[in-house]
Amino acid sequence: MGDHHHGPAKGLTRWMFTTNHKDIGTMYLWFSFAMFILGGAFAMIIRAELFQPGMQLIEPAFFNQMTTMHGLVMVFGAIMPAFVGLANWMIPMMIGAPDMALPRMNNWSFWILPPAFLLLASTLFMEGGAPAFGWTFYAPLSTTYAPPSVTYFIFSIHVLGLSSIMGSINIIATVMNMRAPGMTYMKMPLFVWTWLITAFLLVAVMPVLAGAVTMMLMDIHFGTSFFSAAGGGDPVLFQHIFWFFGHPEVYIIILPAFGVVSQIIPAFSRKPLFGYASMVYATAAIAFLSFVVWAHHMYTVGMPIAGELFFMYATMLIAVPTGVKVFNWITTMWRGALSFETPMLFCIGFLVLFTIGGFTGLMLSIAPADFQYHDSYFVVAHFHYVMVAGAVFSMTAAVYFWLPKWCGKMYNETMGKTHFWISFIGFNLAFFPQHFVGLAGMPRRIPDYALQFADFNMMSSIGAFIYGASQIMFLYNVIATIVAGKPTSDEKVWDGAEGLEWTVATPAPYHTFEVPPAVK
Amino acid sequence: MCFKAKRLFRLALAPVLMLMSAAALAAGGEVSQVNMSPGVTELGKEIYDLHMLILGICVVIGAGVFGVMLYSIVYHRKSRGVTPSQFHESTKVEILWTVVPFFILIGMAFPATTTLLEIYDTDDADMDVLVTGYQWKWKYEYLNEDGENVSFFSNLRTPQSEIYNAESKGEHYLLEVDEPLVLPVDAKVRFLVTANDVIHSWWVPQLAVKKDAIPGFINETWARTSVPGVYRGQCAELCGKDHGFMPIVVNVVSKEEYAEWLAGKQAEASKIKELMAQTFSMDELMTRGKEVYQRNCLACHGANGEGGVGTPIAASPVATGDLGSHLDIGINGVPGTAMQAFGAQINDVEMAAVITYQRNAFGNNMGDMVQPIDVYNHKEG
Repeated sequence: MGDHHHGPAKGLTRWMFTTNHKDIGTMYLWFSFAMFILGGAFAMIIRAELFQPGMQLIEPAFFNQMTTMHGLVMVFGAIMPAFVGLANWMIPMMIGAPDMALPRMNNWSFWILPPAFLLLASTLFMEGGAPAFGWTFYAPLSTTYAPPSVTYFIFSIHVLGLSSIMGSINIIATVMNMRAPGMTYMKMPLFVWTWLITAFLLVAVMPVLAGAVTMMLMDIHFGTSFFSAAGGGDPVLFQHIFWFFGHPEVYIIILPAFGVVSQIIPAFSRKPLFGYASMVYATAAIAFLSFVVWAHHMYTVGMPIAGELFFMYATMLIAVPTGVKVFNWITTMWRGALSFETPMLFCIGFLVLFTIGGFTGLMLSIAPADFQYHDSYFVVAHFHYVMVAGAVFSMTAAVYFWLPKWCGKMYNETMGKTHFWISFIGFNLAFFPQHFVGLAGMPRRIPDYALQFADFNMMSSIGAFIYGASQIMFLYNVIATIVAGKPTSDEKVWDGAEGLEWTVATPAPYHTFEVPPAVK
Repeated sequence: MCFKAKRLFRLALAPVLMLMSAAALAAGGEVSQVNMSPGVTELGKEIYDLHMLILGICVVIGAGVFGVMLYSIVYHRKSRGVTPSQFHESTKVEILWTVVPFFILIGMAFPATTTLLEIYDTDDADMDVLVTGYQWKWKYEYLNEDGENVSFFSNLRTPQSEIYNAESKGEHYLLEVDEPLVLPVDAKVRFLVTANDVIHSWWVPQLAVKKDAIPGFINETWARTSVPGVYRGQCAELCGKDHGFMPIVVNVVSKEEYAEWLAGKQAEASKIKELMAQTFSMDELMTRGKEVYQRNCLACHGANGEGGVGTPIAASPVATGDLGSHLDIGINGVPGTAMQAFGAQINDVEMAAVITYQRNAFGNNMGDMVQPIDVYNHKEG
C-alpha cells in the first residue's frame, strides 16, 4: 500500500508522463489560458484596425487571417480545453473517484494538443499566410481558393478532434464506472451531469468535423469534387456538414458552463439548487435539440420553405429548456442568503448577459427577420454574449471558486471583484454597440466600414481593450495566489458550498478518494 | 416599494424606448444608426414589425426576470441577516414556466410563418435580374424577353487613396460603385442570385433582401420598391481578401426614367460592337488599358504590377513572354486559382487594351499590341 501514497515525480517528467487527473487538469487549464491570451491578442489586432474607418495597421488579407485564427484559437484552444481541464480536476473529486478511468489516454489527449496548436499557429509564418476563410471555413473559399497552409490547418483540426474524442470517452467512462457507492446518477452534481451529456455530444459530432475536413483534403489534393460545383459537387453540402458539427459544438461549449453556474449559485445563495431534476432534463433536451437545428445558421442559402420552417420551429423550441434553466437559477437565489464574492459576481454577470444572448438568439431564430440579421454584427454581438459572457465568465467564476481548494491559498478578493467589474463594463462596452451597427447594416468580417458605423466601432474597440487588459489582472491574481496567497486549510472554503470535493483536505492532496467515500 | 418597482420598470424599458425613437427617425427610408430599418418595401416593413414584436416580448420577459433577480439581490442578502429558505422544487411552478413560454413561442411562430411565406413567393415577377457575385464585384444582367440582355459589372468606386487615408473620406465611403443597379419603382423584381467563384451574399437592408450567391446554384428572391431613391448594401458572406470592398448600390427610379436608362444601355452595347471592329493606336490602348487594369487587376496584382494575392505582372514570364499564352490566361484564367476567366467579364476592346497595357507598363516595354479582333479570333479558336 505504501507505494500508492507517493507524491508527484520531480521535474519536467512529472508533467510529461503524469497520469494524475489533477496534474493533467492543471496543464489543460494553463494551456487554455495561454491560448486565451493568444486568441485575445488576435482580437486586439482586429479591434485596433476597426478603431477608425480606413485601413491603418494591417492589410485586408491579414485581417481575414486574424478573424479566422481568433475564432479557431478561442473555440478549440481556449474554451474547450479549459472545460476539459476543469472536468479533469473536478469530476473525480465530485463523484468520489480516485482518478479518471483511463489515465494514460488522459495524458495523451492533453499532450497532442500543444503540437496541434503549434502547427496551426505556424501557418501564420507560411507563404500565402494563415487560413483566411473564417473559423467556419466555408468551401470553396477554404478549398479551391484557400492558401496552401490549409493542409496544415486540416491536420491540426484532425488532431484536435482526436484529443476531444479521447477526452470525452474518458469522461464518459469515468462517470459511468467510477462513481462512489451511493452516488446514483440523480445525486451527481450538475457539473458532472452537464459534462456527461457534453461528452456524448463531442463523441457524436467530432467525427463529423473530421469527415468535413477530410473531404476538403480530398478536394484540394486528390481531385475529388465534394464541394466544387464545377465538378458536380455541392458547396452547400459543406455547410450542412459543418453545422451538423457546429451547432452541437455551441452546446459543447455552453453546457459545462451551465454546470459550473449550477454549482456556484447555490453555494453563495446558501440554498440548494432549485429544480435539480428539471435542470438535468433541460440539459438533455437542449442536447437533443442541438442535433436538429443546424440549418438555422443557413437560412439565406436558399433552402426549400419546408426546411426553413422546420428549422425555425425547432430552433425556437430551444428557448423552452434554456428558459427553464434561467428561471431555476433565479429561483435558487430567491429567498436565499446571498453574498457576492468574486465567483458569485461572475455567475450573476453570466446570468444577466447570457440571458441577453439568449434573447438575441431567439430573435435570430425567426427566419424572416434573420434575413436581415444574418452575417451582420448583430450575430457577432449575439455569439459573444453567449461565448464570452456565457462560457468565459463561468470559467472565470470556476477558477476563483475552486482555486483555494486546488492550491490551499486564498486569492485577493478586492482584486477579484475589481477584475469582475472591469470585465463586465469592458465586455458590454465592446459588444452591446455591435447590436446597433449590425441592425443598421454592418456586415461581419469586414476590415473597413462605412462612416455611419464609426462611433460605435470606436466605442467597441475601447471596450475590447478594457476587457483584454482586465485579463492581465486575472493572470496576476492567480499567480500571486499560487505564489503568495493567504494559506487556508478549511476543507470547506466557502461556507455554503456542498459536494464531495469540499470534504477532502485543502489544498487537495495529490491522490484523493483512494478509499471510496460513503454517499448518503 | 411601488415607486421603486415603477422606476425599475422604466429603467428596463429605456433601451426599447431608445430603439423606438430611433425607429421613428428611420421611417421614410432614412437609415437608422441603432436599429433595423423598415426600408422601402412592404415586406421590409413587415419584417421590421416582426423584429420589433419579438424584441418587445424579449424586453418584457427580461424586465420580469431581471426584476426578480434584482429584488433578490437587494432584499435576500446575507448581510441583512436573512435566514436562507431551503425550498428546492415545486412541480406546479416548473410546469407553468415550461408551458407558458411554449405558448408565447407559438404566438411568435404565426406572424413569422406568414412573413416567410411571402418572402418565398417569387411568382408573377414583372422583371428578372441575374445577380452574379465575383471576387470582388457584382455583375447585373437584365433578362429581357427579346433576348437583348443588358449586362454590366458594378465595382467599388472609392479610391485607394481614401481607403489608405491619403485623402479625406467621401460621404458614401465604401458604399459607392461605378455603375449602380437601376430598377423601376413599383415593379416586382425577381433577383436570380448566383456566383462565379466563391460564395457571396447579396444584401440590401433597405430592400429587406439578403440571399447567398453560391456557385452552381441559382437562388431566387424578390423586392417591390415603393419609394424612388438610392439604396446601399454590401456583400454579407466572407468571400476573400476584398470582401469588405464589394458594395451594392441600387438606384430606384420612375418607370419612364428606367425605360430611358435601359434604352441608353442598349445603345451603348451596340456602340461597343462597333468599337470591336476598330483598330486602336498604342496610346489609345494604353489609356483604356490602365482604366481596365485599375478596375479589374489591381486588387490582386498591385497598383504597380508588384503582385499580392496574384503573381507580379512587372517582369513576369507571362507578360514578357508569348503574347498568345498571355491572352489565353486573360481570357480563360488559371483554373484552380483565384485568377478568373476574364473573357466573360470584360469586352474584347477592354481585353485588348489591358493585355497591351500589361505588356508595356511597369517597365515591361514589350512594344507589342493586341487589337479587339485578335481577342475575338482567340476566343473563336
